[in-house]
Amino acid sequence: MPESTFLDSSELVLNMGPQHPSTHGVLRVILKLDGEKVMGTECVIGYLHRGVEKIGENRTYQQFAPYVDRMDYVAAVSNGLGYCLAVEKLISAEAPPRAQAVRVILTELNRIASHLLWLGTHALDIGAITPVFYCFREREEVLKIFENYCGARLTTHAFRIGGLQYETYDGFEEQVKAFSNLFLPKVDEYEELLTNNRIWVSRLKGVGILSVEECKEYGVTGPVLRAAGLAWDLRRAQPYSGYDQYEFDIPTGTSGDTYDRYLVRIEEMRQSVRIIRQAVDRLPSGPVMGKVPKALKPPVGEVYVSIEAPKGELGYFLVSDGSLQPYRVRVRPPSLVNLQALDRMVRGGLVADVVAIIGTLDIVLGEVDR
Amino acid sequence: MGKFLRSIFLVDLLQGLWVTFRNQNPKYIYTEQYPAERPQVAERYRGAPRLNINPENGETLCIACNLCALACPENLIVVGSERNETTRRKELTTFTYDLSRCMFCGLCEDACPVDALELTQDFELASYTREGAIWDRQMLEEGPRPTQYAS
Repeated sequence: MPESTFLDSSELVLNMGPQHPSTHGVLRVILKLDGEKVMGTECVIGYLHRGVEKIGENRTYQQFAPYVDRMDYVAAVSNGLGYCLAVEKLISAEAPPRAQAVRVILTELNRIASHLLWLGTHALDIGAITPVFYCFREREEVLKIFENYCGARLTTHAFRIGGLQYETYDGFEEQVKAFSNLFLPKVDEYEELLTNNRIWVSRLKGVGILSVEECKEYGVTGPVLRAAGLAWDLRRAQPYSGYDQYEFDIPTGTSGDTYDRYLVRIEEMRQSVRIIRQAVDRLPSGPVMGKVPKALKPPVGEVYVSIEAPKGELGYFLVSDGSLQPYRVRVRPPSLVNLQALDRMVRGGLVADVVAIIGTLDIVLGEVDR
Repeated sequence: MGKFLRSIFLVDLLQGLWVTFRNQNPKYIYTEQYPAERPQVAERYRGAPRLNINPENGETLCIACNLCALACPENLIVVGSERNETTRRKELTTFTYDLSRCMFCGLCEDACPVDALELTQDFELASYTREGAIWDRQMLEEGPRPTQYAS
């Protein structure tokens, strides 16, 4: 067939988003298409930019804590943990053991909630309508625990610098235990719906392959990196908040495709339950708030603290000039960094794969744009 | 052969539907019929703010220390006070709380040394105007009066 038929006369430029439902918010992807094949992409971000980092420079350290919940709003507790750990490192304080254990329980619950929301919406993008209702049913139980604990369901503001504002409520341990018992069979149920589903497998297997080397080049972290085969988890690599006391496995994939990322996240939910059970069984008694002055004036200096958020490495870089307000707040959001690999992953694929790959990256645009 | 039989007898479909129908049991129904059925929010729920009054004499508990206004990240609280010449103490005159900017973080509640300001379990905060979301002292003490559409 000759090169110059009228069919390949020009490449088609297609705008996907910012209102496309499968872009999980307001991501705009400019696709360059040759028929159904993707030749290249360009991401346009910033539709949800709120200037969170600048807000941080105009608030005291305590006042900025509610704002970090609004970056990755499906994993607000993890954001709060990262920020609190960063400020605690800046002022050389540490949360009491009980506070650390409660923090671990709530962050792992939040990891489950985040992965459930990812699983539901990802399956919805692929075309499986049922899992989203199942996932939201269990997510509701997690959100009930959050609501009982701190009074908010989504933007929780659960942690304070130096520990916790609230002691656990009556029946906290029972509710968490009941959830962990209830949850594991439900994970099997999701797997029953999806793992061997022929449409699911054929839509995901071999799609959006990212090798370990490519992940390292792009700085991709979290389940995407682990699915490529590298067991890199900051909870194990640089333990924080007492994660070294808990036994858990780091699930890894082999091929680094979308299906492996699905399996890794499913397994991570099971490991989170394992951590929660250990933490609840060994919940120490004692105070939940360390000695931190109300008017917080950290010494001059800078810190970088990163934690393993549900989506990857979430880092906070704080610069203090010795005043009440930080001189600079910089956030390393996992979603933004992982999104950079989108072009590499979709190139050569089909348009329908773009939807699957955006879903599997598990981005939250509130965090990408901040 | 096995694959052929699976596709003839729609095994995959029936497997999926079995999970679906298993969950038709009424005890798994999660939907709340909102206006008719009032949701039970948690005890610690952070909703509408309230300025507590002393139930014995009806005086406000607020000592006009201004700590809530300083703690608020959005600067939405304005505390007005004047010095009482006879008792030589600050007394609360006005208290303005701009709910339209509030994100219910609970920092004002934490800062209050006398438990006067409190975020309550009221969650129906809609108003027809933007000005309606700015609550004065009277509104904060008596609480909102949303229209009850169901008994």
